[in-house]
Amino acid sequence: MRGRASVLQIVSGSLLAVLARAVTGVRPIWAGSAPNGRQRIYFANHASHGDFILVSTCLTPAERSRTAAVAGADYWGSGRVRQFISRRLLRTVLVERNWVERTVDPMQVMLDALDAGQSLIFFPEGTRNMTEEALLRFRSGLYNLAAARPDVELVPCWIENMSRVLPKGALLPIPLLCRVVFGEPVALNEGEDRKIFLDRARQALLALAPQKDGNSR
Amino acid sequence: MSDDTTRLFLGLVGVLLTASVIAGGLSWRSPKPLPSTLDNLNARIKAWWIMVAGISFAFLFGAGGVILLFAFVSFAALREYVTLTNTRHADRWTLLGMFLIINPVQYYLIWIDWYGLYSIFIPVYCFLAMPALTAMRGDTSRFLERVSEQQWGIMLSVYCISHVPALVTLPIPGIEGRGLLLIAFLIATVQGSDVLQYVFGKLFGRHKVAPSISPSKTWEGLIGGIASASLMGAGLYWLTPFSPLEAGMLAALSCVMGFFGGLVASAIKRDGGVKDWGHMIEGHGGMLDRADSLVFAAPVFFHIVRYAWT
Repeated sequence: MRGRASVLQIVSGSLLAVLARAVTGVRPIWAGSAPNGRQRIYFANHASHGDFILVSTCLTPAERSRTAAVAGADYWGSGRVRQFISRRLLRTVLVERNWVERTVDPMQVMLDALDAGQSLIFFPEGTRNMTEEALLRFRSGLYNLAAARPDVELVPCWIENMSRVLPKGALLPIPLLCRVVFGEPVALNEGEDRKIFLDRARQALLALAPQKDGNSR
Repeated sequence: MSDDTTRLFLGLVGVLLTASVIAGGLSWRSPKPLPSTLDNLNARIKAWWIMVAGISFAFLFGAGGVILLFAFVSFAALREYVTLTNTRHADRWTLLGMFLIINPVQYYLIWIDWYGLYSIFIPVYCFLAMPALTAMRGDTSRFLERVSEQQWGIMLSVYCISHVPALVTLPIPGIEGRGLLLIAFLIATVQGSDVLQYVFGKLFGRHKVAPSISPSKTWEGLIGGIASASLMGAGLYWLTPFSPLEAGMLAALSCVMGFFGGLVASAIKRDGGVKDWGHMIEGHGGMLDRADSLVFAAPVFFHIVRYAWT
């Protein structure tokens, strides 16, 4: 995986950003972190295929062109159309989620991307959340990344409303206003237990969600 | 471009320049960092420059430009409205239809000047089709609430707002080709009334009109704003087929309707637990925050003018 985006990826990334703004009017809320040029892992709640588009739309063009979304290879690597979308049009890092059949270690794939200078959009729940819960339990991936690359900032991003715009199984998006709230970076403390860290990161992300009586019913 | 259009445009630029100079002076003398009221005032004036530029640009393209502009206003307003409502999975097709079919068709009917259909397309056909479609999806949970929210949304955001560009189609004898100026008259008085109510309210506001709905609406602001905006409307009679007295009375009616529009919008926002509809227009909030008064004023103004002058 090279560190730079292809021209096609930059063009399609910009087009998607224009489209995402037209449909959702998305805008970033920087609540504790601001664009600073540092290499980052943006970790976000996940309920829609549109989630990573919203996060990348909120980034500066320079940051967007070096940011890749971590996606499941079992879905995005199967079939020609999906492969074309995930490998040529978009910047993705495909990881194999299936423990038994996988041929490449997903951690290695993500670390290679980080070492090539990329920022990542990462969904620590591991899959789209289809439950009534606001946020599922985090898988270990975020902890492993934080432990292996402590210099990379971990920025929590709460994506609001995208699951109403483009829920699972829907083809056409309903225009609704969306926001992405970027919170204060979370860092792994020295010797911190995996479970404690993952819970802390999850709470940091949940804290960015609007209150129940707030503006997203 | 007629002489009157140019005069109106120069007048608007003059008003905005004056406002910018005054706000600039206040900001210069005020201690830094600026108090939030002044910050908001500066943002509002800046947004007004952009809105006046946008409307003027649309006017350059005549009726088509204005219809397209308001189709976009309706789209943005509807998006803000639906975001605030309680949507379920079974509503998807109805919601998509509101954005992809009802909004474009309503403005297309205005473009082809089919009064007989655009005046009933939404209240008759869509109001029957939308609940039918929702019912066919089978989800009856809070059915009446969902259907009413959808219908009220399409009414406010599309049907009512579309009566602004529809003014251009009115065949008023003696002002052929000047329909755009009638639109300019309505927008200038209603929006002027909003601004003047804000100014009078800030300067003299003591007694709240509806404290449980909006803390910023006061009797002093309401009366001062509507009186001065009606006078301004009378002074703008040369844009219209009306006499100065008629222009003043129509302006007063539009401003009162505009006030009710703002009040109803505030009640919906309060019910939904938000302060602004959105964030599209800096300092003002969303599109509906700026257009809520036009929503109520436009259809009433349209039908009175249509009844009495055509």
